[in-house]
Amino acid sequence: MTRDMAFFEFLCRMGDNTLVLGHRVSEWCGHAPVLEEDIALANTALDLIGQTQMWLGLAGEVEGEGRSADDLAMLRDAWDFRNVLLAEQPNGDFGQTMMRQYLFDQAHVLLLQKLAGSSDERVAGIAAKAVKEVAYHVERSRDTVIGLGDGTSESHRRMQAALDLLWPYAGEMFTDDEVSGIMAGEGIAPEPSSLRAAWDAAVQETMSEATLVIPDSDFAHAGGKTGFRHSEHLGHMLTQMQWLQRAYPGARW
Amino acid sequence: MTVSVDQIWGWLDEVPDPEIPVISVVDLGIVREVMLEGETVKVAVTPTYSGCPATSVISMDIETALRDRGIKDVKIETRIAPPWTTDWLSEKGRSRLEDYGIAPPQPAGGPEKCPHCGSRNVTRVSQFGSTPCKAHWRCTDCLEPFDYFKCI
Repeated sequence: MTRDMAFFEFLCRMGDNTLVLGHRVSEWCGHAPVLEEDIALANTALDLIGQTQMWLGLAGEVEGEGRSADDLAMLRDAWDFRNVLLAEQPNGDFGQTMMRQYLFDQAHVLLLQKLAGSSDERVAGIAAKAVKEVAYHVERSRDTVIGLGDGTSESHRRMQAALDLLWPYAGEMFTDDEVSGIMAGEGIAPEPSSLRAAWDAAVQETMSEATLVIPDSDFAHAGGKTGFRHSEHLGHMLTQMQWLQRAYPGARW
Repeated sequence: MTVSVDQIWGWLDEVPDPEIPVISVVDLGIVREVMLEGETVKVAVTPTYSGCPATSVISMDIETALRDRGIKDVKIETRIAPPWTTDWLSEKGRSRLEDYGIAPPQPAGGPEKCPHCGSRNVTRVSQFGSTPCKAHWRCTDCLEPFDYFKCI
C-alpha cells in the first residue's frame, strides 16, 4: 500500500466516523425527550457533519480523482465506508445514544489532541479546529452518562444495558493495521492502540461515577474501519441518507 | 478604481452577521486578512464552527457588499488554521452582544451576569443553545432565559 492510499483510507476513516455518527445523531432532531436535549443533539450532529466536510474534502484532494466531499458521502455504498462499527449502531433509547456518544467522544477527543500535532499541516489544522468542538461534546455526553447511570433505578438499568450492548464495539477504535502503521510512520497520525490506556482510564473514571460496571471482556467486533464487514445497520442508514442522490442522480440544491 | 485595505475593512465592518445582526463579521473576528492584488480583493475568512450554516451565507454577504461598492473581482479564501477563537471578538462586538441580550464570552467559562437585569445569579440550562456558538443559560432572579456566547 502506498503512502497516499493509506492517507486516503485514514481520512475516510476520520470523515466516515463523523458522517455516520453525525447522521445517526441527527435522526433525533424533533424526537428528543426534552427540547434542550433535542437542540444539543442537533448541535452535536452539525459539528460532526461540518468536520466531515473537512475530512472528506481533504480525502478527495489526496485521492486526486476529482471526488468532492459530497461525492464521497453520497455516492459510495456500504462496502466503501470506513467508519467504526460503533458509529453506525442504531440510536436505541436516549440512554443508548448517549452511551454510544460518550464512548466515541472520549476516543475522538484523545485522537484529535494528537492529530493537532500532525506532520501534515492540513490534518493538524482540521484537528485543532474540531477538538474545540469535541471538548464540548465529551463534556456533555460524560455528564449525561453519569447523570443517568447514577440516576433512578430505571435510568441506571438502561445505561448498564447500553454499556453492555455497546462495549464490544468500542475496541475497534484502538486496533492497528497497515494503514495506521503507515500513518504513524509518516508522523501523520498516532497508532490507535497508543490511545487505549488514556481512554481506558477516562472511561473507568466516568463509569465509576456513573455507578456502572464495565463488562469483563475485551472481545471487540471488527470490520467497520477496514470496510471488510459492516453491520446490517449501515446499509439501512445509507438508504435514508443517500436516497435523493440514488433516486435523482446528480440532483443539485 | 482606487481603494485601500483600510477602506475595505470599513466596508466589511458594515456587513452584519446573518444570525446575530447587531455585530459585524469584523466584530466576530472571522475576517482574518484583506489583500489587494491588482484589481482583485482577497478576503480570508475563518469559519466559527465547522458545521455553522451561516458560514456560506457570510461569504456570500461579503462578496455582495464588495460588489455593491464597485469591486468586480472578489476572492474569498476559507482559512481554517489557526482555528477561530472567541478571543477574536472585538470590544465593540462584545458590548453590542450584551445590549442585544446575549452574554459575551468570559474566560471563566460562564456569563458574568444576566444581560437583562444584571444579576450575577445565573445558572446553565444547556451547553448547547440556539446556534452552535451559544449556550443556554437562565437568570434565577429575573427568571428570564438568555443566550451565552460560549468560549471556544
